[in-house]
Amino acid sequence: MSPQFARDTVTVFSREIAPVLREPVMVVFAMIQPLLLLFLFGPMLAGTQDFGGAQTPWQWFVPGILIMMCLSGPMLAGYSLLVELMGGSMERMLVTPLNRTAMLVGRVLKEFVILLAQAVLIIGLAVPLGFRPSPAGVLAGLVLLIVFGTGLGAFSFVLAIASRPDGTLFWGVTQMVLFPLMLLSGVLLPTELGPGWLRAAAAVNPVSYIVEAERALFAGRLVNPPVLYGVIAACAIGAAGLFFGTRAIRRGV
Amino acid sequence: MIHARALTRRFKIKGGEVEAVRGLDLDVEPGTLVAFLGPNGAGKSTSLRMLTSLLPPTSGTAVVAGHDVASDPAGVRRNIGYVGQKNGAGENFRVLDELVTQARCYGLTRDEARRRAREVLDMLELTSLATRKPGTLSGGQRRRLDIALGLVHRPGLLFLDEPTTGLDPQSRADVWGHILRLREEHGTTLFLTTHYLEEADSMAERVVIIDHGRVIADGTAARLKTDLAGDHVTLTLRDPGDTARATAIATRLEAPGEAAAEGTTVRVRVPRADVALPRLLRALEAEGVEVAAAETARPTLDDVFLTLTGRSLRETDGDGA
Repeated sequence: MSPQFARDTVTVFSREIAPVLREPVMVVFAMIQPLLLLFLFGPMLAGTQDFGGAQTPWQWFVPGILIMMCLSGPMLAGYSLLVELMGGSMERMLVTPLNRTAMLVGRVLKEFVILLAQAVLIIGLAVPLGFRPSPAGVLAGLVLLIVFGTGLGAFSFVLAIASRPDGTLFWGVTQMVLFPLMLLSGVLLPTELGPGWLRAAAAVNPVSYIVEAERALFAGRLVNPPVLYGVIAACAIGAAGLFFGTRAIRRGV
Repeated sequence: MIHARALTRRFKIKGGEVEAVRGLDLDVEPGTLVAFLGPNGAGKSTSLRMLTSLLPPTSGTAVVAGHDVASDPAGVRRNIGYVGQKNGAGENFRVLDELVTQARCYGLTRDEARRRAREVLDMLELTSLATRKPGTLSGGQRRRLDIALGLVHRPGLLFLDEPTTGLDPQSRADVWGHILRLREEHGTTLFLTTHYLEEADSMAERVVIIDHGRVIADGTAARLKTDLAGDHVTLTLRDPGDTARATAIATRLEAPGEAAAEGTTVRVRVPRADVALPRLLRALEAEGVEVAAAETARPTLDDVFLTLTGRSLRETDGDGA
């Protein structure tokens, strides 16, 4: 990593994070949907009999909420890039000697920081509701979440670059992919409750493995097969996202 | 400052290829203000994008500010400024923050970047808007901010892509004031495209006209007009019966200029109207043709384009980029 690359990454990161630091409330607004689910949907689950093998429904539900947040935040991170690609600000920065890869990495880093803040907030709010995670599991779970979120964020930027000039593709794909991906990962209800075809669809959805891994980690089961599968899925998504993201920003813009 | 040779760019489109720029040759000396003119789709923006390292040329070479655009784009980027067609400041960011970011992009330290951002704000009279977001600025203010963004690293060469398009006349004049001051005080070389022919005419020292991806005319506005379009003398005769005779006299006297008649009006194209008019009037009087009124007109750059292509620059709508 050259000093110029590090400096350029800091430049991009500082630019992206400045509006958030000026108005931190926006971070909370951006997570309004997971927050509502936590407070308005979670208690209903908590009222049911325990399921999914967890001690309490909260143990089962909160990791799913975190993954949901991951799907909506970083997945939509490309939107800011898309707006800048359609306006003139991206072009303006491309005429400067700014490192191309740093443009992507700086943005991904910002998503990473936001996601971490949101995840910590959700976990903090869930504890009074009855969520009792294992401390070591929380740390491991956050690392996994961030690897996954980074990959998704990078994919979102690839999609934004591919959606030029009008951005229709971006909205089409995010709407078509986001919701099914979420429903088929068993974040709201266990997919085991569904018919065979739905369980089969969930089995090929990498997100469901990450959800299962998060649940195992938060429950303190740090070394078991679901964690391994989840780590493989998250690392694959993270690596592929960064690879395609770097390639797209180098050749695409 | 700019040396381009046979610069060419082809785009693949559905069912074939489009040659947006075909063999552009261009040399721009330091300190000049060059206006790049042409109808939509003539290849202006594509040329500009190649010269600013945004788009790799298909073939040909360009050395800009001492660096080759193909082999050393980073060198080009360090030494040029660019004000694009669209607004350069991001909507979510404050004016001052964007300027600091821009300076940081060029490798200035945090302190230098802040100082320089303040300087350009002051230079373009934007200091009072430092904490605002671009969306709250007027069109003219946004354009000045774009220029400020292009200047943070003190480039010796600044490209401007239609810097005044869409602005009201007062803002246009204001933006021009800043552009001209830049050249006067800092000797910055300016290369700009514009839709407004009058601007190119009155502001630029050199006008380069491009059509279908090729340079079709290059020189000072005055030179191009004299060489390619010529002045017009319009004579109104007292007696419609004299028209044919007057036209013949004008053609004989001012050949190879052209003369055309309509009713009692005779229009003659001449290299210099100020010289031709007294001569014409004397000849017509000597032949007994009575002239009721005489008028001269300088050509516009649009007349130049019309002479070269048979089309008007104002109406043509091209295809492709």
